[in-house]
Amino acid sequence: MYITIMKTYVLPAIRLTLIFAIFFCAIYTFIVMASSMLVPEKFSFGKMNNGYYYSIGQKFSSDKYFWSRPSAVEYNAAASGGSNKGPSNPDYLHSVQLRIDTLLHYNSDIELSDIPSDIVTASGSGLDPHISVQAAMIQVPRISKIRKVSPDILKKTIKDLTEKPMFGIFGTEKIHVLTLNLALDSISHF
Amino acid sequence: MVPELLGIVCVFFLSVICSIPLGKYISKVFLYEYTRLDIVFNRLDRWIITLSGIDATRQMTWKDHVKSLLYINGVWFFLSMAVLMNMSHLPLNPDGNPSMSFDLAFNTSVSFITNTNLQHYSGETGLSYLGQLILMLWQFLSAASGITVCAVVFMAMKETKSEAFGNFYSIFIRSCTRILFPLAIVTAILFLFNGMPMTFEGKDSITTLQGEQQYISRGPVAAFTAIKHLGTNGGGFYGVNSAHPLENPNYFTAIIQMIAQTIIPMGLVFALGYMLKNKKFSRMIFGVMTVGFIILVTPTIISEMQGNPNITAMGIQQTMGNMEGKEIRFGSGLSGYWSIITTVISTGSVNAMHDSFMPLSTMNQLLAMMVNGFYGGCGVGFLNFYIFIILAVFISGLMVGRTPEFLGKKVEAKEIKIAMLIALLHPFLILKGTALATALPDYTTASLSNPGFHGFSQILYEFTSSSANNGSGLEGLGDNTPFWNIACGIVMVLARYLPIIGPIAIAGILANKKYIPESNGTLKTDTPTFGLMIFAVIIIITTLSFFPALTLGPVAEYFSLIK
Repeated sequence: MYITIMKTYVLPAIRLTLIFAIFFCAIYTFIVMASSMLVPEKFSFGKMNNGYYYSIGQKFSSDKYFWSRPSAVEYNAAASGGSNKGPSNPDYLHSVQLRIDTLLHYNSDIELSDIPSDIVTASGSGLDPHISVQAAMIQVPRISKIRKVSPDILKKTIKDLTEKPMFGIFGTEKIHVLTLNLALDSISHF
Repeated sequence: MVPELLGIVCVFFLSVICSIPLGKYISKVFLYEYTRLDIVFNRLDRWIITLSGIDATRQMTWKDHVKSLLYINGVWFFLSMAVLMNMSHLPLNPDGNPSMSFDLAFNTSVSFITNTNLQHYSGETGLSYLGQLILMLWQFLSAASGITVCAVVFMAMKETKSEAFGNFYSIFIRSCTRILFPLAIVTAILFLFNGMPMTFEGKDSITTLQGEQQYISRGPVAAFTAIKHLGTNGGGFYGVNSAHPLENPNYFTAIIQMIAQTIIPMGLVFALGYMLKNKKFSRMIFGVMTVGFIILVTPTIISEMQGNPNITAMGIQQTMGNMEGKEIRFGSGLSGYWSIITTVISTGSVNAMHDSFMPLSTMNQLLAMMVNGFYGGCGVGFLNFYIFIILAVFISGLMVGRTPEFLGKKVEAKEIKIAMLIALLHPFLILKGTALATALPDYTTASLSNPGFHGFSQILYEFTSSSANNGSGLEGLGDNTPFWNIACGIVMVLARYLPIIGPIAIAGILANKKYIPESNGTLKTDTPTFGLMIFAVIIIITTLSFFPALTLGPVAEYFSLIK
């Protein structure tokens, strides 16, 4: 009885599993690895020429840079995470209120109703590389004062760097914070 | 707002358009008909069969199929435990991540073998690359076993009168090599061109523009993410799954991932139509599933795009919707759509944190998993739907006063008993699990990250996700404790195998009955009227079982928000 079960079910199962382990863990993985060598550099995930990763958001909290979104993990790309706070959680609402107050404190020229929600809420990964266009716009007065650059130049830079949705329908309008800040450094050394 | 919605509608239609030809191809694979890929795969399959010493020609009864499934799954479990508990001593561990404890390894092994991919660990810190590869193997094999059992039921539905139909191993190998493998290669290459990592090097470290040190986890992400969606597995390489910018770099990869997770479940429904030579029947099933999906997804997208009334009360703009836990590149509308796609289909990958969704969205996500048959997971989604069909046949039979028949076979007491038991198993596991967790506050309250109604939703969600073999979670739940690991592990095992055995048994028993040709008195099962009947059965079972629990969680939270 046990011998028949071993012969008809268990042994074939073990052998089949080992074969597929080789097939998927080694051969499939190897094929994908090999294909990754063919990917031109400009599409590759690797470092950009300047040593930064395009996809991974960086923490920008200094006055002279456009701030990125709040992050539940302080932009730790070795341990991603969101806040996982529910929409009615009092702790969460309190921390959003604090972020609004901080933002208004550092950007005294803007109105409360100008603030878009993305700049005071934490992203899912904690590594969001983008902000909304409005979130960049509200930081223009502060940066123009600190860097002594005219707001018009800054607004034009934002406009030039705004990423539109693919074919007009796939995606959101957004700004890549790192690209914007690199452009900012090239406009005015600080 | 309108263009964003238009984009989402396009994504849905793209999924349907891709799944119809795939369905045709899948039916050819199941029926052993000629396809152009045969030149490569016939030889490959022969090698695999010879090397593994399988008798791939023996026609199997339903009991043989079940035994083959359970034994091979048992082998996977032991191999998985062995690797996960010893990762720190094994190669491919550049970041020096630790081995798993027994209860975490148990939960993780069960979770990946049952196609659930509930993750009580975080990918960056909890797994070596060898661990990731072994889990990727289960993502292929568990999806293939789901497809295989579905094919077995399809074959049984085709039989006029026979006890044995099909060979488990042969279909299993064909599902791996001819369906999952080529699709995964294509998907992975698309990902590579969009900046997804594929490397075995460890963490990188850079200095940010602002002058701080940042460590970046890398790995074989592209290969892993491809099968994660195609196999409706959903277990992320990274802790935050497809919200991570390296696991889902842009809107295009998000579209690919959403299409990838829908095409096999949708394709299987169309494959059934081709196999039974009754496209009307598969269109009816697809219609019922799609209506259910639309009813769930529409309010979710709306409630996410409207945003959080508590944030509006603070006086700031919320034009982008509820952005907590969401990424700018996807936006709130697409994240709402994804959250329902991933829960109606048992994928469980997320591109935004479900814990921070609005209460009505949470309710719809829960409902999607509670039904678990609107498209559903790879193969098993159809099996759940099959149970609803059998029940609908029975109830309609009673209503018109005839012995119920399905595809020319009499449905009798034994089949109905099995169907009803399986239909009740899902609510039983979810509600008993939730009741147990709330009755043992010493083990559970410390793991909740939210107070009040939302905390209850976290418990309910965890058991619903386990029992639906979904794997998403309200991730604020600190679930890596022996209680959660073992309780969810047991639920996942029962909720995977019993709902597979049930439909195979019913289909097997029906296949062996005498075929009664269609007459005037036969109940037509491919009409919209019958579709409505199935839909009614689904709604009645789901609302009666789950409404009280939903009221205590998301519904109560909703009313507390609108004040």
